[in-house]
Amino acid sequence: MKKRSLIPILYIAFLMLPIYWLVAMSFKTTNEILSGFSLFPQTFTLENYITIFTDPTWYWGYINSIAYVTINTVLSVCVALPAAYAFSRYRFLGDKQLFFWLLTNRMAPAAVFALPFFQLYSSIGLFDTYLAVALAHTLFNVPLAVWILEGFMRGIPKELDETAYVDGYSFPRFFVTIFLPNIKAGVGVAAFFCFMFSWVEMLLAKTLTAVDAKPIAAVMTRTASSAGYELGLLAAAGTLTIIPGAIVIWFVRNYIARGFAMGRV
Amino acid sequence: MRTENQKAWFFVLPVLGLVAFNALVPMMTVVNYSVQETFGNNQFFWEGLGWFEQILRSDRFQAALGRQFLFTFLILLIEVPLGIIVALSMPRKGFWVPVCLVLMALPMLIPWNVVGSMWNIFTLPKIGLLGYFLNDVLGINYDMTQQPLSAWITVVIMDVWHWTSLVVLLCYAGLVSIPDAYYQAAKIDGASPWSVFRYIQLPKMKTVLTIAVLLRFMDSFNIYTEPFVLTGGGPGNSTTLLSIDLVKIALGQFDLGPAAAMSLIYFAITLLVSWVFYTLMTKDDAQ
Repeated sequence: MKKRSLIPILYIAFLMLPIYWLVAMSFKTTNEILSGFSLFPQTFTLENYITIFTDPTWYWGYINSIAYVTINTVLSVCVALPAAYAFSRYRFLGDKQLFFWLLTNRMAPAAVFALPFFQLYSSIGLFDTYLAVALAHTLFNVPLAVWILEGFMRGIPKELDETAYVDGYSFPRFFVTIFLPNIKAGVGVAAFFCFMFSWVEMLLAKTLTAVDAKPIAAVMTRTASSAGYELGLLAAAGTLTIIPGAIVIWFVRNYIARGFAMGRV
Repeated sequence: MRTENQKAWFFVLPVLGLVAFNALVPMMTVVNYSVQETFGNNQFFWEGLGWFEQILRSDRFQAALGRQFLFTFLILLIEVPLGIIVALSMPRKGFWVPVCLVLMALPMLIPWNVVGSMWNIFTLPKIGLLGYFLNDVLGINYDMTQQPLSAWITVVIMDVWHWTSLVVLLCYAGLVSIPDAYYQAAKIDGASPWSVFRYIQLPKMKTVLTIAVLLRFMDSFNIYTEPFVLTGGGPGNSTTLLSIDLVKIALGQFDLGPAAAMSLIYFAITLLVSWVFYTLMTKDDAQ
């Protein structure tokens, strides 16, 4: 038993090393970083974090990112819910083809869509808004949400629907008060994945924004190049981008393994 | 079973509208560019399939495609077995399970360009932990900005670091769904650990493994941000993968025609290989 747990421990250590290094860097002064190697911060400083929390171009980056990620997650889950219900309960003309077509959008390289998206969202006047990024990210998040939710919904017996109708429930009332509570875990997992892929995607988010809706990660690249090579600041900003993900994952920790297994291919 | 009901289409309409808006309009833009030549001023001339021919024959595209296939091949070769091994050796229940899951999932939730920056800081020769350790402690000459081999190894290890957990989590999900009775039966029969893996665990993991291989294929084949931030495609062109090359042509040189043709070829290859994987891996189920 002891020997077997060595593998996960080594693996997790491998995962944590670069993260540790990023966090350690964020507490060092620029001088210390450039003067040579040190495993722990010698002169512990919070200056990098203070810079980020007092400079609007920095902290607005975080607000922007969180804003479009939230809009995207809510939007994706809301439109995916009825669609997943239809796929899990009914057969209709072209259902299989439609399902497959939705999934192919997950395969399209974001690089392919960067320029056309820029032109599309500029022409409808949404360029540099939260809505543009949120809508663009639905391209890969909606298919994923439909896929996950469909898996969870298929696990709910159809008798539940029928009993509710016999009891005189209307469809919307049944869906909200009976069906949704039953697939709570599925909604959580779907929302988690939407959050995750919208939070980490950078190419489209960067292409579709200029000033007002610029995501934090794009602010990082700009600052790194214009204000010299400030590694400490970069590390602090990077460390802060890990926190929202860590919080969200803690909430769904008991559902992650299940959520992965319920999807169908 | 599912009942026939054409009205179900109304439930699908919002998704269809949203995805169609995002997928079809840009796709048609790309198709449009791919068959035309432009000299600016929004003047376009019919070019036919000329761009496709030019791209398919160009050494640059073939080289980038070759690098892309090599990269994806290495990624699948390392991440899938490693993911299975880690998943098999994880505890099944108890306090450590959620801790393991959360820590393992953490790399996947870091924005992709932060992943690139993080590995950049980690591997800097004099300053980074790995760079310092390799150069000054072990005495291995390692500099990602100069040596193509170092750059390749770093890009591959970065992706292993970033995405192996996806394979682990998927396989783990498959493993926990195996009832204890299966293992007890195997124990009574005196099955070796290998046959337990081969005849109980692997078949149970098959569905999730299919998902894992497909997702890892698609995402590693479309990878852009992490290697771009880490190496910028260099040194030279040594780590210029397909997406990096595409963005260079499209947004750097603004050669819209060739870039569009390349996009379509790229997308077609992704679809084709995904379809082949999917068919091969689900072949037995159909029989």
